[in-house]
Amino acid sequence: MSMGKPLPHDAAPLHVTGQARYVDDLAIAGALHLAFGLSTVAHGEITAMDLSAVRAAPGVVAVLSAEDLPEMPDCSPSAHDEPLLAVGKVHYVGQPVFLVIAESHLAARKAARLGKVSYRELPAILTVDDALAANSRFEQGPVIWQKGDAAGAIASAPRVIEGAFEVGGQEHFYLEGQVAAAIPQEGGDMAIHSSTQHPTEVQHKVAHALGLPMSSVRVEVRRMGGGFGGKESQGNALAIACAVAARATGRPCRMRYDRDDDMVITGKRHDLRILYRAGVDEAGRILGLEFTHLFRCGWSQDLSLPVADRAMLHADNCYHLPHVRIESHRLKTNTQSATAFRGFGGPQGMVGIERVMDHVAHALRRDPLDVRKLNFYAPQGARPVQTTPYHMAVEDFIAHDLVAELERTSDFAARKAEIAAWNRQSPILKRGIALTPVKFGISFTLTWLNQAGALVHVYQDGSIALNHGGTEMGQGLFQKVAQVTTHVFGLEVERVKITATDTAKVPNTSATAASSGSDLNGMAAKAAAETIRARLAEFIAEKHQVKPAAVKFAGGEVRVAGEVYSWEQVVAWAYQARISLSSTGFYATPKIVWDRVRGTGRPFFYFAYGAAVTEVVIDRLTGENRILRADILHDTGTSLNPAIDIGQVEGAYVQGAGWLTTEELVWDGKGRLMTHAPSTYKIPACSDRPPVFNVALWGKPNREDAVGKSKAVGEPPFMLGISALMALSDAVAACGDGSVYPALDAPATAERVLMAVRRVEGV
Amino acid sequence: MTVAFLLNGTPVRIEGEPPTRTLLDWLRESRRLTGTKEGCNEGDCGACTVMVTDHSGSRALNACILFLPQLDGKAVRTVEGISGPKGEMHPVQAAMVAHHGSQCGFCTPGFVVSMAVAHLNGATDHDDQLAGNLCRCTGYAPIVRAAKAVEGAPVPDWMKADRAFLSAQISRGAGGSAPGAFQPQGSDELAEWYLANPGATLIAGATDVGLWVTKQLRELRPVAFLNGVSDLQGIEARGGNLHVGACVTISALRAAVAGRLPSFAELLRRYASQQVRNAATIGGNIANGSPIGDGPPALIALGATLHLRRGDEMRSMALEDFFLDYRKQDRRPGEFVAGVSFPEQAPALRCYKISKRFDQDISAVCGCFNVVVEGGVVTSARIAFGGMAGVPKRAALAEAALLGRPWTEATVEAAAEAMAGDFTPLTDMRASAAYRMLTAQNLLRRYFHDLNGLPVHVLEVAP
Repeated sequence: MSMGKPLPHDAAPLHVTGQARYVDDLAIAGALHLAFGLSTVAHGEITAMDLSAVRAAPGVVAVLSAEDLPEMPDCSPSAHDEPLLAVGKVHYVGQPVFLVIAESHLAARKAARLGKVSYRELPAILTVDDALAANSRFEQGPVIWQKGDAAGAIASAPRVIEGAFEVGGQEHFYLEGQVAAAIPQEGGDMAIHSSTQHPTEVQHKVAHALGLPMSSVRVEVRRMGGGFGGKESQGNALAIACAVAARATGRPCRMRYDRDDDMVITGKRHDLRILYRAGVDEAGRILGLEFTHLFRCGWSQDLSLPVADRAMLHADNCYHLPHVRIESHRLKTNTQSATAFRGFGGPQGMVGIERVMDHVAHALRRDPLDVRKLNFYAPQGARPVQTTPYHMAVEDFIAHDLVAELERTSDFAARKAEIAAWNRQSPILKRGIALTPVKFGISFTLTWLNQAGALVHVYQDGSIALNHGGTEMGQGLFQKVAQVTTHVFGLEVERVKITATDTAKVPNTSATAASSGSDLNGMAAKAAAETIRARLAEFIAEKHQVKPAAVKFAGGEVRVAGEVYSWEQVVAWAYQARISLSSTGFYATPKIVWDRVRGTGRPFFYFAYGAAVTEVVIDRLTGENRILRADILHDTGTSLNPAIDIGQVEGAYVQGAGWLTTEELVWDGKGRLMTHAPSTYKIPACSDRPPVFNVALWGKPNREDAVGKSKAVGEPPFMLGISALMALSDAVAACGDGSVYPALDAPATAERVLMAVRRVEGV
Repeated sequence: MTVAFLLNGTPVRIEGEPPTRTLLDWLRESRRLTGTKEGCNEGDCGACTVMVTDHSGSRALNACILFLPQLDGKAVRTVEGISGPKGEMHPVQAAMVAHHGSQCGFCTPGFVVSMAVAHLNGATDHDDQLAGNLCRCTGYAPIVRAAKAVEGAPVPDWMKADRAFLSAQISRGAGGSAPGAFQPQGSDELAEWYLANPGATLIAGATDVGLWVTKQLRELRPVAFLNGVSDLQGIEARGGNLHVGACVTISALRAAVAGRLPSFAELLRRYASQQVRNAATIGGNIANGSPIGDGPPALIALGATLHLRRGDEMRSMALEDFFLDYRKQDRRPGEFVAGVSFPEQAPALRCYKISKRFDQDISAVCGCFNVVVEGGVVTSARIAFGGMAGVPKRAALAEAALLGRPWTEATVEAAAEAMAGDFTPLTDMRASAAYRMLTAQNLLRRYFHDLNGLPVHVLEVAP
């Protein structure tokens, strides 16, 4: 049977031979190419715009700006605050101001540089401090959730430990940049190809821009060359621009951002400052804790509110906080609009509490892992059940056992002792090690998004076509859902044709996000397949005068009353008997209720767990640093496909470690992003992966009835990378006498590590 | 300009293309060979990697910053040609499937080509072979597993065909007939033409000039492509010196110095990536005049001599004297870098590169040290830095504080203090001025410990 097998990615043979098609690979006859002209100031009024040189440039067909679009289309996924092209004012360096339509990609790019736009510059709010000073924010004031009496608990605690922690953002660096194409259809309809995680939203936004009902716009997504959250909302502008230009010219239009444009225009992971104040006992148990999150959200709202919410929802990670207060500021700045990125705020919340654990342990001169374990939630089955800061019962807490197992397999205690001895005889190079756990909540916090649809056809020759609302961005979703679907029929996965996500086949889909892809779409496809299987079973059962439950589908065969028929035979008979061989399927996640305003409820169906041990070495003269080894044990429930899941875990860890080490976004004092290409923005390269990299899956079934008893895997392992930052903190601490906490900010570049070393050295 | 080459085993002749059209655009737009991807259009991600074969062998190059005339007389294999003529998978492709080496698949064609070239060449230093290929999904582990799995597998016949075909059949294009574009076949031709066209852009590897076209969208005319100037591609050991032609690639230079100057070779291992080293030339690295190039600091520390040519006139100078000011060199109109020579032995040479990422990154600080100690006393000190000034620059005050002094920690401390007067570095996206200064001083301290045999580099620590 197909479920649970470590099958390769369904498109792997196409990937390796170059046959896999991405949007820019599609041959579209007669297509025009688009490029945006971009704002060069962070905040300003447009006083004049001379686009004559743009219009006169070779190959240019048309140029559009605000004056050409009296009803400016909106690109926002939330607040209707993102005009396709700037109207009157610009709000960040890189904001699209005009749109070039040309005969080639290069001609469009060249022409876009020729626009002469004059601005009256306005004061730009660039930093957290700028925004706080100006009270520039989304929502009226900070969001505050609390449980118990944090201030009182801190006031009466034996020790108080506090600090501030700067955490950098992160560029998605999907290898395939943003891209879309629009092809006009008869009667004014529009067909869109988009590299998006959210085809329904593209459909909705394009329909709105064109004044069409959603039924007149069809969006197809075969695959993305990486998404990571960066294609949840950031592809809207390209699809809308293509649709608007296609309507204006009557010709197909396509658009892709050059890499530098992509990095300058699109949003990234939110950076933030975290303030913390913890009251602890002498053993390091947290008695009361206050967090303040200061999120730099950029110029438009985008998804910042739910991102910042999710950071609050992960401010506890694995730790029971009896008295806690979390205050979250969503600050509006004149920079790219920060957006979804794998973890969706969860990493930012979680790295805060891990920093607290590290700081508390250092201040009390205790082992950080002991302090962590001391503060763990009570294990699954213990009574009374403890609750999160948002009052959700933690009923599935498995981190005690999982961490104990990882300590054993990674030889943690012995290695820690060996590293301490090694450090004593190594004056320049110092090693460090840390174990950090992960508890990540699974479900969209906007409860109504937790739904999915699927469409399964069985053709009269027995072959199967599968369609669902999830999109494939490399995570192996299509293969997992195909495995679930064929499992229902007792077939191997080769029998199913996986088809492109298409809003004309499955409507009203949620974004493929929040790690929910296989949970939601797997269940929907399973429901569709089960409907068809039930019809077949009933039909065959009736023929043999048995109950439908007595019909078994396995190994490509159908067994009933001692007879064995091939799958094809049964399908052929059913077709001739006029049995419907097509079905939709639908799924809505049970059990979840959430009051966002009060910060109470059960926002998550379940939690996914994991833990990682990272060992690093640093150079106290230069701050250069490197991961030496990582050991991971991660909870995927009963894996639908262990090979794909291990791939997710490995990739997420490296991406998470990159966020906290080499990946540094730098803006200058004018709000210009200085790191706008891979030459200056450094994601991990091949040699940055841990040279020793042991990854294992926990493998015990999900206690909730998720698809195949599996657990979601897209985002949770990203936060395993936090162990790299904490290992660096450990190595830095080894450069001092223990009296000064390293207070290492992120990303821990060589420069930040060196400055932290100097702090602990007392220089 | 006519350009002729072999594409996936089939001869092609191209006429009428702009000389600075990139191979990537031509493959994707004109040939509809869309397996080769554009990830960054600046040679940093490797999604566009192709295999190029000529008389010197097969190597991986970035198609996004490779101009069509650079391929004249060569053979190109894209991912479509890494598969066999009947669609058979190359062992690397099969291993990538079996080991789950692709997720989103967009970087995969570039990886496959890099891996197939490494496999063809018998290279098993996978981290270095793949340093120029970025993957955002997998974390690289399964890709390296795939690369290791096929180390011993036989090379498919079609992968060997290009060299055989090349030597037998392929003819070059007609050469310099396009307006404003010239393909000299030797340095004499180049010298004569450049004297007559002193405003021209000389294109060797195009690893920087490529970005002038793809990113700055500049129109370059006239241009000369130096790939046919074979007499500047030689490396010769003579009289204790290595004489290196300007058109020697960084890869070739690295191989030449590997046994002689191991620390320089290690620096060159971290110079960009395989694809870039295979294209970039040492002459380009010098003539470009960048303050953050990695070649000049090492060469200056070695006491290298630069050789320039203008028409029939040759002159030589100490390399450091070539760099006058930010992006300003002592090079007259029509004069070009012909080569560089330097001692082939320098036991005390140590080169340290500080960057955010170890591989495929530009130095924040590159410090190269060559201090000779005789009888406990410093008899010669050459210390050169990149990233600390507008030009690659010697640390004159630090050198003076060492010279004639006993080689002790106290002397080194004094010299490190003196170095503060040598430089006024900048703050930029790579590092702050304070970090640069402190690190430069600390690299001198590291050098002292390094020569004393202490482990000083995190890359030396085994897991």
